[in-house]
Parts: sequence; C-alpha cells; structure tokens
Amino acid sequence: MLTLAHFLTLGAILFSLSVAGIFLNRKNVIILLMCIELMLLSVNMNFVAFSRFLGNLDGQVFVFFILTVAAAEAAIGLAILVVLFRNRDTINVSELDDLKG
Amino acid sequence: MSLRTMLILIPLLPLIGSVLSGLGRKQVGRAGSHWITILAVAGSCALSFAVLKMQLDGRIGTENLSIYTWMVSDGVHFEVGFLIDHLTTLMMCVVTFVSLMVHIYTIGYMRDDPGYQRFFSYINLFTFSMLMLVMSNNFMQLFFGWEAVGLVSYLLIGFWFKKESAIFANLKAFLVNRVGDFGFLLGIAAILMAFGSLDYATVFEAAPGKAGETISIFGGSNWSLMTFICVCLFIGAMGKSAQAPLHVWLPDSMEGPTPISALIHAATMVTAGIFMVARMSPLFEMSDAALSFVMLIGAITAVSMGLIGIVQNDIKRVVAYSTLSQLGYMTVALGVSAYSAAIFHLMTHAFFKALLFLGAGSVIIALHHQQDMRYMGGLRKYMPVTWLTAWVGTLALVGFPFFAGFYSKDAIIEAVHLSARWGSGVAYQAVLVGVLITALYSFRLLYLAFHGGERFKVVDGVDPHAHLPDGQLAHKPHESPLVVTIPLILLAIPSVLIGWYTIEPVLFGGWLEDSIHVAEKNDVLGELAHHFHGATAMALHAVQAAPFWLMLSGFAIATAIYLFRPAIASRVRNRVPILYRLLDNKYYFDAFYQKVFAEGAFKFGQGLWNRADAGLIDGWLVNGSARAVNWVASRVRQWQTGFLYDYAFAMILGLIAILGVWVVLY
Repeated sequence: MLTLAHFLTLGAILFSLSVAGIFLNRKNVIILLMCIELMLLSVNMNFVAFSRFLGNLDGQVFVFFILTVAAAEAAIGLAILVVLFRNRDTINVSELDDLKG
Repeated sequence: MSLRTMLILIPLLPLIGSVLSGLGRKQVGRAGSHWITILAVAGSCALSFAVLKMQLDGRIGTENLSIYTWMVSDGVHFEVGFLIDHLTTLMMCVVTFVSLMVHIYTIGYMRDDPGYQRFFSYINLFTFSMLMLVMSNNFMQLFFGWEAVGLVSYLLIGFWFKKESAIFANLKAFLVNRVGDFGFLLGIAAILMAFGSLDYATVFEAAPGKAGETISIFGGSNWSLMTFICVCLFIGAMGKSAQAPLHVWLPDSMEGPTPISALIHAATMVTAGIFMVARMSPLFEMSDAALSFVMLIGAITAVSMGLIGIVQNDIKRVVAYSTLSQLGYMTVALGVSAYSAAIFHLMTHAFFKALLFLGAGSVIIALHHQQDMRYMGGLRKYMPVTWLTAWVGTLALVGFPFFAGFYSKDAIIEAVHLSARWGSGVAYQAVLVGVLITALYSFRLLYLAFHGGERFKVVDGVDPHAHLPDGQLAHKPHESPLVVTIPLILLAIPSVLIGWYTIEPVLFGGWLEDSIHVAEKNDVLGELAHHFHGATAMALHAVQAAPFWLMLSGFAIATAIYLFRPAIASRVRNRVPILYRLLDNKYYFDAFYQKVFAEGAFKFGQGLWNRADAGLIDGWLVNGSARAVNWVASRVRQWQTGFLYDYAFAMILGLIAILGVWVVLY
C-alpha cells in the first residue's frame, strides 16, 4: 500500500537530485534548466500527494499554475540560452563567471 | 533742528558717506567720494560744535537719550543711546575736527593711490565708529564702537594689502587687541553680572553700594569686585591705548598710510582707552589697587617707549613711540585720579600729534615714500610750511611753555607729584624723566629731517616716479600741495593755543564735573587748583620748575648730538652696545611674543592638525573605517566567484542553517 510518506519521500528525492544537479553541474547550462524543471516537478509531486490524501483540490489547481509558470520559464530560459551562446560561443557553466567580484 | 535729530545725524552722516563712497564707487567717482565724505565729516563736525555751543550757553546740560532698543532680554536692555555731557562733547569735537583735517589732507596724500575711494570710505566709517564709541550711554554700544574702530584700524593698517609687512602688521594689531578686548569683555560681563544692567547711569548709581563686595574667581580666593571689574576694563584700555605690555601693535601699525596713523593711531582711536577709563571714573574711584595698577603701567609705558623712540630711524616710528609715551602720560594721570588732566592731555595731544604725523607724511610725500630719517636732512628750505608746523608740533609735544602740550603735561606731572597713591613716587620720577626723553627724540626727529646737511642726492635724467635706491631722488623735494599744508596750519593753531585757552575750564573750572567723579581723598586736581593762578602765570612759573629744565636739557643734548656732532651718537652706541641693542629690539617684546605666542600657537595648531585632525580623525576615524571596509571586503570578495553553482550552494547552506535554527528553536 502506498502511503503519503512514499510520495513525500519521492518528492524529497527529486528535489535533492535537482539541487545537487544545480551546484554539482559544471558543464552545461541546459542541465541547470532541467534541474530547475525537476525542482518544480518535485514540488508538484508534493502538492498532488497532499491534495489526494487531504481530499482537497486546491493543491491540484496549484499544480496547473506551476506547470504554466514552468513552461513560460523554460521558454524564456531557452531563449536566453540561445542568446548566450551567440554572444559567448559557449554554454559551459564553469566559464560563465561574469558576476565575479 | 531738535537736539535728538542733531545727535543722530552726528554719527550717521559719516556712516552714510562711508556707504555711498564705498559701495557706490562707480557712481560717485574719485572726486565725488572725497566730496561726499568730507562734507559728511564737516557736517558732523559743525553739529558737534553746535552742541558744544549749546552747552557753553547752558541751553542743555547732561542729556541721556535712548534712541533705539535693540532687544530686551531677561530685563537687560540692549540699546542705542547717547549720553551727551561735557566729556562726550569734547571728544566729539576733537574727533570730528581732527578727522576733518585728515580727510582734507588725504586728498593730497593719497592722490595717486588706486585705493583712493576705499580709503575715504574707511576713514568715514572710522569716524562713525569712534563717534558711536564716545557718544554711547551704555556698555554695549561702547563695545560696539570699540570693536568697530578696531576693525577699521585693521582694515587701514592693511590698506596696502599687497605689502607683506602691512598684512603682518594688521594681523598683529588685531590679535594683540583681541587680548585686550578679552579683558574688556570680561569686565563688561562682570558689570552685567554685578549690576544687572548695561546702562552707564544705572551702573554708576549702583556702584557705591557694591564697595565691599567680593568675587571669587579661582577656587576660594576672594577679590574685591570693583578691583576685578576695573582691572579687566583697564586691560581692554591697555590693548586699545597700547600700554605696555600690549603696546607692540602700535609701532607696526605705521605700515598703514600716514593719514590714518595721524587720525587713528595717534589722535583718536588709541585714546579710546583713556576716554573709557575717564568715563568709568565712578567705578575706578572705588578701587585704589586698580588705580595704582593703572598708574604704574602708564609710568612704565611713558618712559620705556620714549627711550625706544630715540633709536628709531623711521620717521613715523619715532612719532609712533612718542604716541605710546604720551599715552603713558595720560594713563598715569588716570592712575592718580586726575582724569580731567588725562582728557586734557588727550585733547592737546590729538592736535599736536596729528600735526606731527601729518607733517611726517608731508615729508614722506616730498621724498617719494622715503621714511628713513638717515636719508633726509636739510628739508627746511624746500618745505617751509611743513618745517614750521613741525616745529610748532614739536614744541607742543615737548611741553614748551605756552604751547598746548605744556599745560596738559605739566598738569599731569604736578598731579602725580601731589598724589598720595601707592607707587606715585616712582611714577613721578618716571614722568619727569619722560620729559627729558620726549625732548630728546622730538628734537632729534626735527634735526634729522629738517636741519643739517642733505643726506639724499638728486639724480638727473630719470623718470620722476621711478623707485630709486635709498638716498636718491629724481627731483628736488618741494613743498606739499595746499590740501596738505592747510590742515597742517589748521592743526598748528590749536597746538599752540588750545592749552592756554582751555586749561582753566577743563581742569579747574568744573567743565568735566558732571562726567567725571573723583573721590574726596583722591582729588589731586582740586588741590592743584589752589596753586593755579591763570594760564599765563602757570607758564611763567614753569621756568622755576624741574620739567622745564629737563626739557631744555633734552633740547640741548639733541642739539649737540644731532645738529653739531653727529659722531657722538655712534660713539655712544658703540660704547654701550647692550643698551642700544636692547632699545633697537624694543626690549625684545616683539621677539618674545613672536617666539612664544605666535610660534607657540602656530606649533600648537600644527600639532593639533597633524596629530588630532590628520592623525586621529582623518587617519583613524575616516580613513580607518574606509580601510576596515576595504579589508573585510577583500576577504569576503573571495567568496564571490561568479559561478552560479557556488551561489546556489551558498543558498542551500543558508537554507539549511535557517531551517536548522528554526527546528532547534521551535
């Protein structure tokens, strides 16, 4: 029998994976974007799980919002990525250190 | 015209003249500015004499008018007001008359100066300030006038502000006067504290009630209140009237143009201290200690400054030291409670000393700003008017019978002789010796400038306005223009007559009775009056008295040395080099002040600047905090790698930390 804890654990694992992906990844910006998507999905997972177990549809409504935002964000993120590549000829994360003080 | 209007106009006319000629320089032009200012002073001079006439006729007595109340604070009135009594009127007439002469003289003296209009504006402003000072009926206005004349004196000493020495001199005058003014201000503050009023009449009325009061200044020591007040006020007078040891500014003030040396630094402003003490006679009469102090300071000044005058070579400086010495005489007279004699000497001195200064100025014009007497001599035949008037001034100064100075100086000497004040014996010796010294330096000046051989050479074929080396002239010296000689003649007349004419009313006739209060036991002039049988008799009687013979011996010595045997002077100088060096360096007062106070203050200031400001405030507080920020930032900057994953990692760490804290706390 699947309990709430299983779903939350899955969400936590997904979230941790995505966080680890953000700061362990030294190569590709696209992986960063994917990690952010994954992070949002892990949150969605929690929402859906709670919604199901608490019998409240509000959480599922939120998921739609988050999916919309995630889609928009992915579109903008990829567009930025294209421009970035045009300007810098690279999308290697370890070379993108313009914020260095 | 009502008296009130007249009195307001007297100081106001010169102020208007000053503003018009000073601010409207373009509009009024050069001639316009001297016309405006001279008419303004002539107007107030005429009004002053009109007031004098009214007093002589008995139409007005002592008038105490309040003109304007500036403010009232805690019951203390700050007012502009005029106290018109005989003392004030006398001062008003002297000030405006001498000022008028100097104004006229200035047309000639400053003819080629680019600052012509500025000069007229300043001396008119000075006349206004001095009139405010003498006409005041309260301490605040007195202090206003006191500072305002000081300011104009500062401006005029530094009139040629491109000259290094003039700037030095005016700063020196300002700073030394500050010392005196500090005492003066303390005195006024003490009066305000003790009497709760700044009005002369109120204070003088309440003064006898404060006779036994004491004041504790340092810890437990108790001082007589009156002595404290009087000494403080007199310190102010010492600054303004250049008494030792605050005299150092006056000789240096000769850096200014000669007309102001005559007006400000001989005839009027420097006598403000004498006037002030005479005005405060009801207070000074209550403190024997303060009067002894006044007398001794005066005696020291009278002798020591005269001695310096003997060794000076600058013609104006000789007259300046003579002024110091004569101011010493006046101060001695104040000290023995012969206030009227001091005022009388102030008046005669104003005329003959202004005359001598203007005469010196006339010589200076003729020699193209050569002031060194070593390059003069024999000017008698080139400038007869100046020569004759200089003789008149000199005879008046040395106290030759029948001349103005004789009456005033003899009265002082006799008053000191009769006085029973502590220390008056010493003062008597001092004023007697002073007579000899006065004759010595006065005739020395006369001989070196006007008699003997010419010590300048006339060089042909050079530009008449060129600056030549010392002792050379582009053309023969010639008599000064009428605007210069007429004031000389007009000043020579009172220098001869005023003493003979006014000694009886001023000293013995009770002319100053209402203005000056003398305690019964101090009344030396009252005693002197018993021996007085008219001005002519006094002059004839003088032949039997010591001062006359001292004066003659001074004359004889000066004649022998400077007219016939100039070698004696240098031989004496070589025989007693220490004495000569002491006098030549003015008893090292200037050097001492320069070294200790000026340089001390400079070093102290520099120390504060280097240590406190540059070191502590700038170095540690301002730059130090900047450095600290810089240092911290240079460390923290290491963390800002610019890589996104580092920032994300930091965020995660932060999140964990916050969550951790939250979990632990709740």
